[in-house]
Amino acid sequence: MSDNKLKQTPSQTIGPFFSYALTPEQSDYNFKSIVSPEMITPETPGEHIHICGSIFDGNGDVIKDAMIEIWQADDQGHYLDRDTPPSSEVFTGFGRCDAEVNSGFYFNTVKPGSIGVGHAPHINMIVFMRGMLTHAYTRVYFSDEMKANEKDEVFVSVPADRRKSIIAIRNEDNGKVTYQFDLRMQGDNETVFFDV
Amino acid sequence: MSDNNIDKRDWQTHPPYVHLDYKSTTFRGPQKPLIPIKHSLSELSVPAFGQGQMHEHDNDLTINGRVDGEPIGERIIVSGRVLDEYSRPQSGILLEIWQANAAGRYIHKADQHDAPIDPNFLGGGRCVTDENGHYKFTTIKPGAYPWGNHYNAWRPIHIHFSLFGMSLASRLITQMYFPGDPLLKLDPIYNSTPDVKARERMVSSLSMDTGIADIALGYEFDIVLRGLSATPMEQ
Ligand SMILES: [Fe+2]
Repeated sequence: MSDNKLKQTPSQTIGPFFSYALTPEQSDYNFKSIVSPEMITPETPGEHIHICGSIFDGNGDVIKDAMIEIWQADDQGHYLDRDTPPSSEVFTGFGRCDAEVNSGFYFNTVKPGSIGVGHAPHINMIVFMRGMLTHAYTRVYFSDEMKANEKDEVFVSVPADRRKSIIAIRNEDNGKVTYQFDLRMQGDNETVFFDV
Repeated sequence: MSDNNIDKRDWQTHPPYVHLDYKSTTFRGPQKPLIPIKHSLSELSVPAFGQGQMHEHDNDLTINGRVDGEPIGERIIVSGRVLDEYSRPQSGILLEIWQANAAGRYIHKADQHDAPIDPNFLGGGRCVTDENGHYKFTTIKPGAYPWGNHYNAWRPIHIHFSLFGMSLASRLITQMYFPGDPLLKLDPIYNSTPDVKARERMVSSLSMDTGIADIALGYEFDIVLRGLSATPMEQ
């Protein structure tokens, strides 16, 4: 059976020069964007949160020529899947950020709800950069959800000493909720990446 | 949806995170083993993109960057189909492309290559596949350009492609190359696939049927994404 299957097209690096096409408005190019790191309007239901982080290479230097994408459920734990017609008024759950602009990434979004029993609230994250030939998948869990995290099948499948690399740290300042989530591509504290 | 399976990433096809000939990978590519993950709706769902999000001329790069005239260079039509591993057309898939101009220069602010910017060429485009998985772009054949990887390193001419499939797991960023390019055999990025045969799947083919007679040559490039299989996993 498998002999009749087509073979996958190989991945290649995003390279350093993607932003005028993939994140044009954020990166100040004269081309319309269809996605952005600003995923919500004031009316979007749920807890509004700001997620940000830096990306570090194996030498501890900050990586800027990278693109981060996130995909998440809404505050009710519901994914707006591809079967749902897109509408600009709706929270799509998808965000994309050029890490060049602020020497790191950020997203303004809502805290996702749990997608079901045994799933802690989490955000799926994809990392692309010059110097990486294949993208890397990780997950963002939340520091204020440790009880749920410890019942999450994926979270607990990660060796205990590496789990902190996928926990975003919550900070509240004047009612503004910020989560810090740095990515370390290599080293002792290398971020956990999944074989999605 | 969660009853579906998705075929695994084929690690004989996709390059490793650290590929010594491509120097930057040595301090950027993850080194610890990837953690296996049991797929849930998180990996099997994917954002919806539609025709409604496209703007006029998004798929015609000979028009969408014009300021006061036509871009310089060889006009080409790049088209093909997006399929999954079971040869099923992937319809409603977002494709985004970006590329250098005919002189091998990107419009990107960080590109320092000493070759002219074309004031009428941006080099970015997008489209959504039709019900048969077809896509089509009109553009300018890009030029080769040097990069700092090693002495006198030049990238073979290429167009960058970004695609969403039927799930987050089928996300792909790749590059389309041109047939017969003598730089291919010298390029560490092209040659990064573990399976030597896999790299040939990134080379487009000249087609006298998909261009426009006397106006533009056609290049065909089919893309295969990881497929969702509705049947239970084989034992
Ligand atoms: Fe390139």
